[in-house]
Amino acid sequence: MSRVPLPYNPKVLELFRNPKNLGKMEDATVSAVAGNPMCGDMITFYLKISEHGVIKKASFESYGCAANIATSSILTEMIKNKTLEQAWSITWKQVTDEIGGLPSIKFHCGILAVGALRRAIRKYYKEKGNMPNWLPQDLTFEEKQALEEEELAKRLTKRIGGPK
Amino acid sequence: MVENVEELIKAHEGIRREVYFDIENSSPVPKEVIEAMLPYFTTRGYGNPALTHKPGWEAYEAIMKSAQKIAKYIGAKNPEEITFTPGETEANNLALMGTTLTSGNKGRKIVISEVEPVAVLHIAELLQERFGYKTVKIPVNNEGLINLKKLEKEVDKETAIVSIAAVNPEIGTIQPIKEAAEIAKTRNPNIIFHTDFSDAYGKIRINLSKTKIDLATLSSYKILGPKGIGGLYVKEGTKIEKILEGQIATQRLWPGIENTPLIVGFAKASELIFENFEENLAHIRKLRDKLINGILLQIADTLLNGPKGNLRAPDNVNISFLHCEGEALTIELSLKGVYVSSGSACTRRLLQPSHILVAIGRKFEEAHGSILMKVTRLHTEEDIDYALDVFPEAVQRIRKIVGSTVSA
Repeated sequence: MSRVPLPYNPKVLELFRNPKNLGKMEDATVSAVAGNPMCGDMITFYLKISEHGVIKKASFESYGCAANIATSSILTEMIKNKTLEQAWSITWKQVTDEIGGLPSIKFHCGILAVGALRRAIRKYYKEKGNMPNWLPQDLTFEEKQALEEEELAKRLTKRIGGPK
Repeated sequence: MVENVEELIKAHEGIRREVYFDIENSSPVPKEVIEAMLPYFTTRGYGNPALTHKPGWEAYEAIMKSAQKIAKYIGAKNPEEITFTPGETEANNLALMGTTLTSGNKGRKIVISEVEPVAVLHIAELLQERFGYKTVKIPVNNEGLINLKKLEKEVDKETAIVSIAAVNPEIGTIQPIKEAAEIAKTRNPNIIFHTDFSDAYGKIRINLSKTKIDLATLSSYKILGPKGIGGLYVKEGTKIEKILEGQIATQRLWPGIENTPLIVGFAKASELIFENFEENLAHIRKLRDKLINGILLQIADTLLNGPKGNLRAPDNVNISFLHCEGEALTIELSLKGVYVSSGSACTRRLLQPSHILVAIGRKFEEAHGSILMKVTRLHTEEDIDYALDVFPEAVQRIRKIVGSTVSA
């Protein structure tokens, strides 16, 4: 185990200082949370979706490190005016590339952001009551990872007896 | 990656003032200390202290005089009781491994506390996992004070070593270390009592000869001395053996060539603290309280971690900012010229937040939002004023990003 330095690149720093699309969206069509405050890593996504399934607005809130904030912010930019199908197809790797790369120890931030977005999209269709063909029934890698992080928090609490 | 760092550093251009509080993790070295060290790099004492020529004898003289000074400050009987090591890490390894693995000690049990700094914790865990020792951790109360009754119960005839830090490096708890040593030695006079004294040296007065403490780890950088040097106080007669093999040196317990300039710097930094001890102490205590009270009063949803008043190390400030992630806050503060560290999992690069904060009953969320600062004799009222000016807006901005994600 080593404690790698965290030389965030200029794009991450810029989005940390001036995050785009920050804040709760009062008229959101759907919102979803991923992560757990116990891990110090948590994201909420808000989407405003048109009746044709296009994302008109996206915003986020983040309880997390600079990488968490920056990846969430860039993802809200990437999905603007995209159809839900297009937004769904964005992978954590694309998010990481878009932001100019992340130290490997921060990859999970991009994964969590995509996990939260996909959770929101899934929730949207579930609430509507019709699942489109392109939406896989099984959870995708990013969604599983988000779940795993949430489970990890629970396990940690159990193992060390949890916060008193 | 290096280009990124250049950009990060550039992003700090134009800040009004810089205040460095991250003494826990590294420190600046004042000019007087550098000036004391310089001749030993260039003009005198650059020889090997074990050898028979003038530069060697000069080195030996400088090392012994430095050891004498430090011995005097901690009440050691003689300078031979000080072993210089390349740092606290090495001193702690020497203390724990040199009294178990290499000393022939028959005891198989190691007693530490739940809030030991990772330096000691990881060694004790290694001895348990790889070498079959049994490591027991004494619990603490919500101020980080060790439970002396539990200590008394756990020290038995199987115990080889007890190791408890005199001052907790994260939350500043001053342990009843003399009493703990008495209790442990009463239960079993053959145990070795070690204390990581890194955060106590220069912060509390002690006369080690008059205590039952056998070994004490000393830190140089934590008193604004150079990094790369530390020491272990070894009471005369303590059963301990070296843990590294190499060229035999003037010091029995640490092989290799003594680092004369750094040793001289360590002694000089000690002198600057101890020759004006009460005044220095009053100064840092005043600044500590100003910083703590200023933050707690100005910013809502904050918690002081560790005890208040005289049970707390005079330099330690550790505050949890609720609904605020620590790593993000350290970066935000850095961009405003205030340099601190956090007990968050992200800062530690581990999956869990600080085990010390968890041990005193802080919830994970509270630990993730913790900020650790230490004040030194070189900080000024203006430094604290500046920090108090910067903190509220920094916390407010990070909390705005968090928004409703973590509900109150």
